Amino acid sequence: MTGTKLRLDHEHCRLLLKQMLRIRRFEERCAELYTKEKIRGFLHLYIGEEAVATGIMQALDEEDAVVATYREHGHALLRGVPAGEIMAEMYGKQEGCSRGRGGSMHLFHEPTRFYGGNAIVGGGLPMAVGLALADKMQGKSNVTVCFFGEGAAAEGEFHESLNLAALWDLPVLFVCENNLYAMGTALDLSESETDIHAKAASYKMLSEIVDGMNVVDVEVAARRAVASIREGDGPVFLECRTYRFRAHSMFDPELYREKQEVKKWTEIGPIRRFQSWALEAGELSQADVDAIEEEVAQEVSEAVAFAEAGTWEPVADLLRDVGAEART
Amino acid sequence: MSTKMTYREAMREAIREAMIADEKVFLMGEDVGHYGGCYAVSKGLLDEFGPDRIRDTPLSESGFTGAGIGAALGGMRPIVEIMTCNFALLALDQIMNTAATMRHMSGGQFHVPVVIRMATGAGRQLAAQHSHSLEGWFAHIPGLRILAPATVADARAMLARALEDPDPVLIFENALLYNREGAVPDNLAAIDIDHASIRREGSDISLITYGGSLWKCMDAAEELSSLGVSAEVLDLRTLRPLDDAAIMASVAKTRRVLIVDEGWRSGSLSAEIMTRIMEQGFWTLDAPPMRLCSAEVPIPYAKHMEEAALPQVATIVETTRKLVGA
Repeated sequence: MTGTKLRLDHEHCRLLLKQMLRIRRFEERCAELYTKEKIRGFLHLYIGEEAVATGIMQALDEEDAVVATYREHGHALLRGVPAGEIMAEMYGKQEGCSRGRGGSMHLFHEPTRFYGGNAIVGGGLPMAVGLALADKMQGKSNVTVCFFGEGAAAEGEFHESLNLAALWDLPVLFVCENNLYAMGTALDLSESETDIHAKAASYKMLSEIVDGMNVVDVEVAARRAVASIREGDGPVFLECRTYRFRAHSMFDPELYREKQEVKKWTEIGPIRRFQSWALEAGELSQADVDAIEEEVAQEVSEAVAFAEAGTWEPVADLLRDVGAEART
Repeated sequence: MSTKMTYREAMREAIREAMIADEKVFLMGEDVGHYGGCYAVSKGLLDEFGPDRIRDTPLSESGFTGAGIGAALGGMRPIVEIMTCNFALLALDQIMNTAATMRHMSGGQFHVPVVIRMATGAGRQLAAQHSHSLEGWFAHIPGLRILAPATVADARAMLARALEDPDPVLIFENALLYNREGAVPDNLAAIDIDHASIRREGSDISLITYGGSLWKCMDAAEELSSLGVSAEVLDLRTLRPLDDAAIMASVAKTRRVLIVDEGWRSGSLSAEIMTRIMEQGFWTLDAPPMRLCSAEVPIPYAKHMEEAALPQVATIVETTRKLVGA
């Protein structure tokens, strides 16, 4: 991979901070709405991991495809799915991006090639390989980005997919969001080899570790990886080391980790870290930060209002979209 | 006008024709290329179409089936071949949790036009892990279309229609049928694959079946006719959605029914068919409906035991005689 230099000017710093804050504030509101029972089911928050989605999305073009997991609000939001449609989906309203059929774990959006939203750990990887295969067979230069947690490395589909992608030189960017816990099981309790990138390297693909708490590092790595993939050099694997500050889901009593550990990670949180750096470096002023917060708060309020104003799909439509209209 | 060919050749011709007609169609699976297909269905196609479109896969059913699903989402028209339906269980997550749910879960935005072909059925002394008939399980899943071509003509005609379907289609090919010869009409469009078909008219009992059991039922019907029993044989062809109208029409005519299905008896497709008959055709019946299924045992290796586990012509004849009192 060739080096890619990033120009961290005022505009770009503003963008990176804003994107991370969009995820953070959106999800904080989701947590609130969950306690008010506006949002039900499972709700998996991405708080703490914002630098990963933010950095990776910077490297994508409009025609690229994205495959994500059940912790995908941030990915959907930054990929361009309107915040209101995501929120309406969590409410279960028909104005939601999946018509209320998917909920938090199954966000889909055709206009931005956002293919979910998959609640089966490892289940999205073969699909990403197939999307990349289709692009390659059709002579397109698109990249398919596949996000998954380190827990997926224990699934057979992880290995099958990496093997296929490398074997067939497919344009896939595998992004492992290693937050150290598969639900409540710590990495060293579930993997004999805890360096996930080493597993990928064994399939003969470019593979590296990235500091997933540093948005700039993630963006640089992503741009380099995507450039290499578009050159036709086959798949790339990034293991982004990160941490989720919240519980696995809203049901999780978090018995498996010490509060001290969480505190240690929040101190190097991606937003706090980037914001203080940008302020110190003079790339952003406090007024900039305040303005960004204001814009983000506005977007989140509008999303909630959109969801609140949404409507329930008529029960008469229950069987809609199980299959195409019947053959005559 | 028609042409004689084997079931295997019919499938191969169907794949060839589809690949020539649409460059988005490609075949992927275990041993489809260099080996020539484990049942020799794709023999010769690698030379004709090259390794990009006749794509050998590693032995990773979940991975390559999922890749086929992804490729379909990405605008291609993949035909995924899985060696047997027993191995398809390794890909069940992809088939059920992704292919079958995608259209609904995405609120109609995404759909998966993939065709997945696999061999099914027993009778070759391959023992439990290569001999099961699991099409009934797959027919349980909303979002899938399940086809079971029993005749050479259907084998020739079904694939093209399956590829036209915007949703996932699974084709179950009974492995005992590959060598079977039959006539294929030159006008393929005239073959209706969406509805059940009466393969033999009769008035005393309906034998409802599909796939490999069709021919056992046909032989049984022949034998029964010499005993003075007129059996109608209904070939379902499509196991999901079931052709209720054809089933009820046949039962209304003969007033007796025997369902022959190589799935295990408990929770089998025959249980579903029988339930529908009870719901919709109870008052037309002159006798309790019956079914012949596989014994509730993993299919054994030894020939006599394997035969005893499956519905056979003799058991079909015997059960029918009891039902009609002949």
